[in-house]
Amino acid sequence: MSILIYAESAEGKFKKTAFELASYAKNIAGQTGTTVTAVAINVSDASALAAYGVDKVLKVNSDKLKAFNAKAYADVVKQAAAKEDSKFVLFSSNTDSLYVAPLVAVALEAGYASNVVALPQSLAPFQVKRNAFSNKAFNITEITTDVKVLAIGKNSYGLKENAASLVEEDFSPSLNDGDFSVTVQSSEKVSGKVTIADAEVVVSGGRGLKGPENWGLIEDLAAAFGAATACSKPVSDLGWRPHSEHVGQTGKPVAANLYVAVGISGAIQHIAGINSSKVKVVINSDPEAPFFKVADYGVVGDAFDILPKLTEKIKAFKAQNS
Amino acid sequence: MKILVCISHVPDTTAKINFTNGDSEFDTNGVQFVINPNDEFGLTRAIWFKEQAGATVTVVNVGGPDAEATLRKALAIGADEAIRVNAVPTDGFFVAKQLAEVVKNGGYDLVIAGKESLDYNGGMVPGMLAALTGADFVNGCIKVDVTGNDATAIREIDGGKETLSAKLPLVIGGQKGLVEEKDLRIPNMRGIMAARTKALTILEPVSADAKTKAVKFEKPAPKSAVKLISPDNLDELVNLLHTEAKVI
Ligand SMILES: Cc1cc2nc3c(=O)[nH]c(=O)nc-3n(C[C@H](O)[C@H](O)[C@H](O)COP(=O)(O)OP(=O)(O)OC[C@H]3O[C@@H](n4cnc5c(N)ncnc54)[C@H](O)[C@@H]3O)c2cc1C
Repeated sequence: MSILIYAESAEGKFKKTAFELASYAKNIAGQTGTTVTAVAINVSDASALAAYGVDKVLKVNSDKLKAFNAKAYADVVKQAAAKEDSKFVLFSSNTDSLYVAPLVAVALEAGYASNVVALPQSLAPFQVKRNAFSNKAFNITEITTDVKVLAIGKNSYGLKENAASLVEEDFSPSLNDGDFSVTVQSSEKVSGKVTIADAEVVVSGGRGLKGPENWGLIEDLAAAFGAATACSKPVSDLGWRPHSEHVGQTGKPVAANLYVAVGISGAIQHIAGINSSKVKVVINSDPEAPFFKVADYGVVGDAFDILPKLTEKIKAFKAQNS
Repeated sequence: MKILVCISHVPDTTAKINFTNGDSEFDTNGVQFVINPNDEFGLTRAIWFKEQAGATVTVVNVGGPDAEATLRKALAIGADEAIRVNAVPTDGFFVAKQLAEVVKNGGYDLVIAGKESLDYNGGMVPGMLAALTGADFVNGCIKVDVTGNDATAIREIDGGKETLSAKLPLVIGGQKGLVEEKDLRIPNMRGIMAARTKALTILEPVSADAKTKAVKFEKPAPKSAVKLISPDNLDELVNLLHTEAKVI
């Protein structure tokens, strides 16, 4: 019996969330006296998992799985779970993982909880805390099935180093042609830019920036932090920024370590999307802006004046501390 | 083409979220319910297929009688008929199981669900429904087109998007992008009048065991007040982010 994690990778390298997932799994393994097994698809060097408590990695190498395919990946995870007799199958909250997890849950007849934000409160009965109501509340969910599938919210547990001696094992699950009926024709990816999904820091601008011509100020600050850029809904509706940057309830969720909101009022739908970010800094000229109610740090003042100065200070700080 | 749009009936996004009964139940008192925003995009796209290609559009909800107002709204927006599976949804798997039954009996070609419903945020119904019916599945879908038996869908990926080809029957977990927000349909008077005469069928649920249960709710701990920093003292902000918040 082993706790199984699906260790997501991109271009042959594990995502940081895979290490977070391993850290979380290791904790449950400690509590239940079991081990952690990772299943990794098309990763040749899996050794990085050892630092976070993974005991065994099942390495799947297949040209057929080169492009992500939800059904086929779900089938691989299912076979790995069967092989390891896993009672827990854990996923990160990346887009692809959230695509696969419900398919695995059905295949394993397992209860599934997504948006998990903490370690289980109890193992028997199994109860775990998750985000609900667009982060306006938590829901303690009980999973009543023998096998449990969880998707752990980004940045909710953190990285915990816990060295293990990792055994790497080749694993060749059987692949079913019927799983490949959905096929990738093309993909467009912004390269060389931090994406909202992976970012530790996100700098976001609202209508207070007054127009797309002023976005250089947001980009400069983001570059100083090594952050991704984002925006409020009206900004993307106005076409100042692409929709892919729109953050909030109907846009992207942001679970960053630091969210810097500039010229954004803080409407409830926007807040819903950023609530699970750890630290929020708000820069707004209106001291009554609702965003200040949820912020950790606030600066009341003109963004056009503040942004260039803050950018310089962050750059200086980074130069000193790198 | 027969389209089924799964409609989740959720608290309006501005609703105050409270709990009763020892924090074990969501308090619906004074809460206005709406079509789940992700489903609204899907519904409008379905109506588009109806107008462009003569598809028929059925909306379905698994819920109590109180959800009928939400289904009537979907009919007023332009759906042809509505189905309510008469059961209080207990978890995503239970809902998916009921929907799978409707899909099997109705022979739908395209099933549009929202990627996530904004109350329990489970993000599981579309995938489970696809798995239970064996249909092709595209999650996080921001565009879908159909020609004959073939579908082309675009989905969001981390840092971009991906174009996929799939076969009907297809289930999508949709979101904003399926249509633009400015193109969302709202009921007009004619639609509201027409909706009154459209069929709303009530089906009894099939037996299905929920696999999870919501045992308790908690509200986030009250936040300590914001620390205000003078715009003339941004060094302090940098310092606090480093030493106190430890995020840089
Ligand atoms: C169903 C539904 C879903 C929604 N989903 C989302 C969502 O997912 N995400 C989202 O963001 N919104 C969403 N909204 C919209 C939301 O209600 C707000 O309209 C939106 O968040 C406001 O964006 P904003 O703060 O950028 O613009 P505004 O409300 O116009 O705020 C501009 C702010 O900038 C400040 N400002 C102006 N000039 C300056 C300056 N020079 N320096 C500093 N500050 C300045 C102003 O004081 C003001 O606070 C949704 C609405 C509905 C009904």
